[in-house]
Amino acid sequence: MAITFKKVSYTYQPNTPFEYQALNEISTHIKDGSFTALIGHTGSGKSTFLQHLNALLKPSSGTVLIGDSAITRETSNKNLKPLRKKVGIVFQFPEKQLFADTVGKDIAFGPENFGSTPEEAHELAKKMIKLVGLSETLLDRSPFELSGGQMRRVAIAGVLAMQPEVLVLDEPTAGLDPSGRQEIMQLFTNLQQTQHFTIVLVTHQMEDVANYANHVIVMEHGKIVKEGNPRAVFANVEWLHDKQLDVPASTEFAFEMQKKGFRFDQLPLTEQELADDIAAMFEKRGLANE
Amino acid sequence: MNKLLFGRYIPQDSFVHHMDPRAKLVLSFLYVIVIFFANNWWIYLLMTLVAILSIWASKINFKLFVDGILPLVWIIAFTMLIQVFFGTGGHLYWQWGIFSITSLGILNAAYIFVRFTLIILISTLLTLSTSPIQISDAIESLLKPLAKIHFPVYEVALMLSIALRFVPTLMDETEAIMNAQRARGVDFGTGNIVNRIKKIIPILIPLFMSAFNRAEDLATAMEARGYQGGAGRTKYRLLKWGTRDTIATLIYLLMTMIVFALRFF
Repeated sequence: MAITFKKVSYTYQPNTPFEYQALNEISTHIKDGSFTALIGHTGSGKSTFLQHLNALLKPSSGTVLIGDSAITRETSNKNLKPLRKKVGIVFQFPEKQLFADTVGKDIAFGPENFGSTPEEAHELAKKMIKLVGLSETLLDRSPFELSGGQMRRVAIAGVLAMQPEVLVLDEPTAGLDPSGRQEIMQLFTNLQQTQHFTIVLVTHQMEDVANYANHVIVMEHGKIVKEGNPRAVFANVEWLHDKQLDVPASTEFAFEMQKKGFRFDQLPLTEQELADDIAAMFEKRGLANE
Repeated sequence: MNKLLFGRYIPQDSFVHHMDPRAKLVLSFLYVIVIFFANNWWIYLLMTLVAILSIWASKINFKLFVDGILPLVWIIAFTMLIQVFFGTGGHLYWQWGIFSITSLGILNAAYIFVRFTLIILISTLLTLSTSPIQISDAIESLLKPLAKIHFPVYEVALMLSIALRFVPTLMDETEAIMNAQRARGVDFGTGNIVNRIKKIIPILIPLFMSAFNRAEDLATAMEARGYQGGAGRTKYRLLKWGTRDTIATLIYLLMTMIVFALRFF
């Protein structure tokens, strides 16, 4: 399902001394089946943008098109439920939203709210807990007895159980160890590739952007300042540094090498690309020496 | 939730903002007590003038005060209606069973309206111009004499400031949890009363969990940094009585004397 923003602005607490404009005439298009990464400094408006994706916030002006429903300032708060079923959001530290007395009930909470029978919801819970890499035996345990990483997976399973078409992820790997991070990101890419999910990922991990995303949106001060595929966005390292944003470690490495006189046709994004480029350089030099 | 103005501090560079919080606290209390002695329009006029003068000296937009009164309009209206229908004395205009409308009843209702409004104005002025931490410092300082009778002044002040400190944090947390549950299909604000109460559970349990976790983290952090309360601790923010405070106190004392003069002589 595609989502389109047309000149969307959002102001918090308008007409008070605390008035704050978080989004300023944003226009963009998130394609069906794409993996979009949203990057930007703290306070750039990422979270506000995110909450427009399933109408948790309605634009102060402009239109958000979610599939074929248009959300504007005047849209009534009723009848938003079908939209929220289609767009699942995994918020930052989603383990904080767990509340039920068993893991199974917590995962089934979403589907039941959207009209599944308890039996169907239970089946979904069984399916989803396996999908996120946990054992079915956990279903009858209390979510509060689990480890942090397990709680995170249960919360993600709870969102997946709603069977959304668009999955929005707000720093889903924050605070996880490297292997947990990789497993979770792998899970999301699989979902995108096998089940044609549309994924929107907010992250500060530029490696994840380079490895998984096919579209990148850079935000600053409530505006989109750059948009394109990862290669195009990461090509200008100095510009990103200027915006206080990182580039993938491999790109940074190549960038530093460039300063020392090495030449790259295009900056590598991943370790594999970097290794290939360096190997090619050695080969060339070897040939020249012969 | 963002509409809640009570307890919101608005930083400004003004006479009132630079006053000693103890003075502000005591004078606000004095004002509220004195207003209960008011029994004629001259007193109300005088007290309204003092309130307006105080608000003017704070440089805070008057519209904010009106916003502070609006949520309480129904309580004021309800109290006024009770006065109008149950008040007795004076000229009788209308009667039906226990209900009656009399001239004194109407007059009292009008008094109550003014009294309510003025009390809200002055207490809003206190909270808008004084940060919560200043208020708790002031309370601690004012309660200090009670330490002689072994009242745990310091602990109470600490509890108060921690509680105040975490109000915005918990409000943000509530909002985040509500958003998360809304995204999972909870529709707050619809359904019958039983359903509505059921929908609070998915907010309350995570909120309690995080509040307890926060409390524990805070306690650990304080202990790790060698915290110990009470005797021997010095203060970073010192309260200082200045000329401003003396001037304000004199104005309020003068007001009090005039009110008593008008009331009793």
